[in-house]
Amino acid sequence: MYEAVIGLEVHVELLTRTKLFCRCSTRFGAPPNSQVCPVCLGLPGALPVLNGEAVDQALKAAAALNCRINRISTFARKHYFYPDQPKGYQITQTRPLAEGGRVDLGAFQVNIARLHLEEDAGKSIHTPECTLVDYNRSGIPLIEIVTEPCLRTPAQAREFLEHLRLIMEYAGISDCKMEEGSLRCDANISLRGPGGSTAVVEIKNLNSFRAMERALAYEIRRQSRLLAQGKAVAAQTLRWDEAANRTVVMRSKEEAGGYRYLPEPDLPPLILDEAAIARACRLPELPLARKARFIGAYGLSEADALILIGDRMLADWFEAAVAAGARPRPAANWVLGEVARLRKETRHLPFTPADLARLIDMTERGAVSVAGAKKVLAVLAERGGDPEQIVHSLGLAQVSDREQLAEVARQAVAENPDAVRDYRSGKDRALRFLLGKAMKLSRGRANPQLLRELVLQAIADAERL
Amino acid sequence: MNELKSLSLAELSELLAARKLSSVELTSYYLERSRKYQKDINGYITITEDLALATARRADELRTREELPLLAGIPVAVKDNIVARGAPTTCASRVLENYVSPFDAAVVEKLSLNPLLGKVNLDEFAMGADNKTSAFGPVRNPWDLQRVPGGSSGGSAAVVAAGCAPFSLGSDTGGSIRQPAAFCGVTGFKPTYGRVSRRGLVAFASSLDQIGPLARSIADCALVLQAICGHDPADATSARQEVPDFRACLQADVRGLRLGLPRENFACCDEEVAGAVEEAARQLELAGATVHWVSMPYRDEVVTAYLLIATAEAASNLARFDGVKYGYRGQGQTLDELYTSSRIFGATVRRRLMLGTFALSGEDCPACYEQGLRLGRAIARHLDSLFRQCDVLLLPTAPTVAFTLDGEQDPLASYYNDILTIPANLAGLPAVSVPCGLSSGLPVGMQLMAPRFREDLLLRVGHTWQCLTDWHQRWPREVN
Repeated sequence: MYEAVIGLEVHVELLTRTKLFCRCSTRFGAPPNSQVCPVCLGLPGALPVLNGEAVDQALKAAAALNCRINRISTFARKHYFYPDQPKGYQITQTRPLAEGGRVDLGAFQVNIARLHLEEDAGKSIHTPECTLVDYNRSGIPLIEIVTEPCLRTPAQAREFLEHLRLIMEYAGISDCKMEEGSLRCDANISLRGPGGSTAVVEIKNLNSFRAMERALAYEIRRQSRLLAQGKAVAAQTLRWDEAANRTVVMRSKEEAGGYRYLPEPDLPPLILDEAAIARACRLPELPLARKARFIGAYGLSEADALILIGDRMLADWFEAAVAAGARPRPAANWVLGEVARLRKETRHLPFTPADLARLIDMTERGAVSVAGAKKVLAVLAERGGDPEQIVHSLGLAQVSDREQLAEVARQAVAENPDAVRDYRSGKDRALRFLLGKAMKLSRGRANPQLLRELVLQAIADAERL
Repeated sequence: MNELKSLSLAELSELLAARKLSSVELTSYYLERSRKYQKDINGYITITEDLALATARRADELRTREELPLLAGIPVAVKDNIVARGAPTTCASRVLENYVSPFDAAVVEKLSLNPLLGKVNLDEFAMGADNKTSAFGPVRNPWDLQRVPGGSSGGSAAVVAAGCAPFSLGSDTGGSIRQPAAFCGVTGFKPTYGRVSRRGLVAFASSLDQIGPLARSIADCALVLQAICGHDPADATSARQEVPDFRACLQADVRGLRLGLPRENFACCDEEVAGAVEEAARQLELAGATVHWVSMPYRDEVVTAYLLIATAEAASNLARFDGVKYGYRGQGQTLDELYTSSRIFGATVRRRLMLGTFALSGEDCPACYEQGLRLGRAIARHLDSLFRQCDVLLLPTAPTVAFTLDGEQDPLASYYNDILTIPANLAGLPAVSVPCGLSSGLPVGMQLMAPRFREDLLLRVGHTWQCLTDWHQRWPREVN
């Protein structure tokens, strides 16, 4: 009955060496207030100087989201009093760096209203006794990406945000770690029905993809219920309470006038030349292009390609293995299966894509069984080494010598006449028994396909005798 | 040694270079005078004796080994809204009473071999034109201790006028260098916006503020300008403009220069003030300049634009003084109580912050600030057009001479006292006030204004004038 109208405001911390308006380091996790200076502490007399690296990163983001880049953009002060805001205002942009972008996700399309540069605030740490403030984050460069209210479901919102994260990661714009706050998202949501639309509600503190999806679903239920009861939805700013699994009211919504925007008198307008814009538009391959290439050039399935591009490290791994000579499809299977599992267990991989390519090659030549190869990989993950040597030291080398295996097959057939008889009378299980015996005789090292062929041959030969 | 205070900066520089005088001797001389007149004049908020002598010793020591810059070793007094390490920067406010900056202002860096005599008094956060709003008591005019020195750089002007410092630095947002220079009978120079780095100047109205020198002559100002002007990559509003040889600019006379006298700006002044400035124009005409009447037909516009811009930017700039990180911290159970109890500004500052906050918010006044900027730009365009008719504008600096300390002024009326100086700030123009006479025994200032980055024209006219007259060499009786 009601349709949800959802728009997102996404804050992305840019990967830069230094802060937006000073030369302090942006490293995460340093001791509190160890990466601060007069500028990012807002000391009297300090002046901001724009960091060109941050501008380049923001331009890259604008290009990756197909935005129109403004030749001239302007900075402004957004005022509010809070202890983690050292100047009493945040430097942001009124005429944004870029506008009018678009992200095509196949099933739906998301329009980007604007993208602008701004500085982050410090971080308040509330303890039972007092509140402490860490200004290391103060002045870290952010871009704010505002979508048009064109999302219709929580799932769409999640898919878009996950894709946005990938784009930022692929283009080297941000590491987008939600747990470190380098990707943050607020959502605006209203319901539209036959009788018009409800007031727009803003939800903050959506610090995981799951939280966002659940918070939006919760709001849709809450607002639908209110509408069903004939009640109005108040224009509020809400906060998602993860533990309570509900939204709670933070405050009634700020009017733009409440921020007393002032054109930043300390910073002249940012004027971009063609060269800067052209430079920004030289982007590395983005996720969707890579997916298409994985399907087209490597013959991967849509599903495998999608999972691979969603994990940049695995995708890189896969491509490196292919470059080292592995066939793409088995390589994809190995990477998505064993490699992904081992990485999860050991947190890092001490072996190389070339090692994997060699192992895949050995399984394809029959030099090692698939099961054996998995054991080898586990050893590689544990202590590294040379795949061939591990195969040998573990005694996993597969016997594919026809003469040798033919002898084993003949022996197994000769020693088990009852099973041979059963097989001939149509009992398939008897063949598996014979194969087992033969494998045992080879001490488990026989190439199973070849062994099977030779056991069947031995049965046929025995018949003829 | 009593005649030291009458020597020009160039003469002092020569004595120091010839090692006939040490920086320690010179600095001690000025420190002694500073202390002697502090009780009467209250020009300083902090006298930084140890700091000054340490720099003096360093300059003397360095001079034994190498040739030093022209001004090295000559002491300076710095307005207390310009930060310097090792000395408090109070902005004449209780809010920053014990604040010590961890960094030096760009101008202080540039004057690193100039002993810092102290931080001089001003109106609280440079808001005011009489120095009565200082939390550390008013400055008194050396020419008459019952009168104001002008403001906001009242301390900067008074210590130079009293011979307590050979030169000083001030800041000018709407006339804050020029008007006190006029009231105290010294030369006060506001350079083009962007000429001098604002890094380390505690911002009042960022788009209007400019640091400049106050000294005993145009020639002295030229030397100080040479030392403090220039592009600073750490101030994004600093101009990438080459700095001329200001000393060489003093060589040219005024022959052929067209001086424009804005009619309205004489009409609004006391008769004796207007008369003294007109007389000065006549003498410059005799020296070879041509003189025309021009029109600056705006008055309310000037005050309106200034009020909107200056108060809005001030409200924003002073938002950081919240008691959380530095400065005065009040008591409170809640955050709001902490803020309210920490922001203990004086009445004038509070009034301007409220005006500024209003100009930036509220539906009654949409984009007030932007309208102020537009008005300012319109005035700047008109001034540009005047500079097609003349090279330099010549007008009084203030409508009156220094007024008495006890008079209460209506706040709005006091803004109108600044209409002669504000246009240069709105348009970012260089302007200077030079002494041009006495009225009832009090100094009168003549203001000269030139196109952006044409400080050279002001130096030419000003220096020619000071070669013809000795108004700038007079001393107030009480300090001579």
